[in-house]
Amino acid sequence: MQILTIVLQIAILLAIVLLHVAYATYFERKIIGHMQVRLGPMMVGYHGLLQPIADGIKSFFKEDIVPEQADRPLFLFAPVICLVTMLTSLAVIPFAKGWVLADINIGLLFIFAMSSLASYGVILAGWASNSKYTFLGGLRSMAQVISYELPLGLSLVGVMMLSGSLNLTTIVDSQGSSFSSMYLFPQLIGFFVFFVAMLAETNRVPFDLPEAETELVSGYITEYSGMRYALFFMAEYIGMMVMSSIGTICFLGGWNGPFEVPFFPPFWFILKVYGFLFLFIWIRATLPRYRYDQLMALGWKLLLPLALLNIFLTGLFKILVH
Amino acid sequence: MVNQLLFLYCAGVITAMGLLAVNFKNPVYSVLSVMVLFFHVAGLYLLLNAEFLAAIQIIVYAGAILVLYLFVLFLVSLRKEVKIERFIASHKISTLVSLALGGCLLAVIPSFKLGAKGQYPVARVEQLTHTKAMGLELYSNYILPFEIAGLILLIAVIGGLVLARNEKEVKE
Repeated sequence: MQILTIVLQIAILLAIVLLHVAYATYFERKIIGHMQVRLGPMMVGYHGLLQPIADGIKSFFKEDIVPEQADRPLFLFAPVICLVTMLTSLAVIPFAKGWVLADINIGLLFIFAMSSLASYGVILAGWASNSKYTFLGGLRSMAQVISYELPLGLSLVGVMMLSGSLNLTTIVDSQGSSFSSMYLFPQLIGFFVFFVAMLAETNRVPFDLPEAETELVSGYITEYSGMRYALFFMAEYIGMMVMSSIGTICFLGGWNGPFEVPFFPPFWFILKVYGFLFLFIWIRATLPRYRYDQLMALGWKLLLPLALLNIFLTGLFKILVH
Repeated sequence: MVNQLLFLYCAGVITAMGLLAVNFKNPVYSVLSVMVLFFHVAGLYLLLNAEFLAAIQIIVYAGAILVLYLFVLFLVSLRKEVKIERFIASHKISTLVSLALGGCLLAVIPSFKLGAKGQYPVARVEQLTHTKAMGLELYSNYILPFEIAGLILLIAVIGGLVLARNEKEVKE
């Protein structure tokens, strides 16, 4: 019986998240459209509202082409790794008090582990396709993920020190429910480092070198088509949502808001996550792409020292207060 | 009962993946089987209530070190297969030696005894959470070995930097 309830919960969570992913693409196309003085999708349904569903059906029925020279098992498996790792990290995210599938003690570390594994999908996709564009995309992604994982992890160490826990629910609880007690304020440096590293970790503009259209066709996904392409796409958006949720939980006070919304406790959480997603899209519409050496210099020479400084300052502050 | 079954599963997969890693012709597949192996080692840690170690196992070994291995594999040309001469010419001798080694390993199993219970039984670890228990021990009783390990790693980092540094850049 207990197992049945858990399976049911997982199914509901998956359905809701995938629906959100579908509409996140609509959200993105509409916002970018308006920022570029276009209308975005308009044809399918009222103001293009059914566009994501049409896209889903289209990619589902498209032919799944496997290149002849590709390493077949890995080529087929790579998008699955990407999606599964991203979906797994959803399990530990608390959407509201008690609204979490697995309330484990190492929630934050679990998310790091899963996001570092997701890079395997990208790397293997790049290698298994056996094409120079995908391979370069895979190599770039590998270097990028290794360099930005460190600042990402270290930027959250300050939050861990303040809350004294790795459990995501405890982290939210320790921030209290008032506006000024959010970790955003004491951890401003940490938040800055986290935000930049988050953009790089999810391969978004301005750090989308693994799929730089102007030089690499579309990087590691060049050879993919149909449903497998859609799997990569979903993985990218779920990755954005997971990272936004972590930002919300660790810096913006999670599900706490100015007042409690009756019947729907995750209201503020979802609002904050969408705020992050809007930032992602805004940045995509405004900023040009970094050059590769600039990307590496930023990660190692600016973000890493800043994250270490943040840890030092947080520790010093804690000692002085005690 | 469930724990024992899970242990058997993890142990079985670890052994199988170890064998596969040695036997795959394609090194990328070898690396992947080592990744699956690391996962099941993390599973063993979880069975021991060592959740922090399990997470670190995946982040550090599967997430960072293996990715670096893949990097090296991709950048080294794999067209030419590396052929090394056998250390021992005769196949029979090597079989004999490995069988004897295996026999020795099996022979020491009966002498395995559980040690005395330490300060941290399962109940206490669960109450403290594993991360905290480990942190307390590491930074109080084992601070010296911890610092020494840190120093050794620092030396390795500096050594790596010295080796990787480009001579031309120094002259300019």
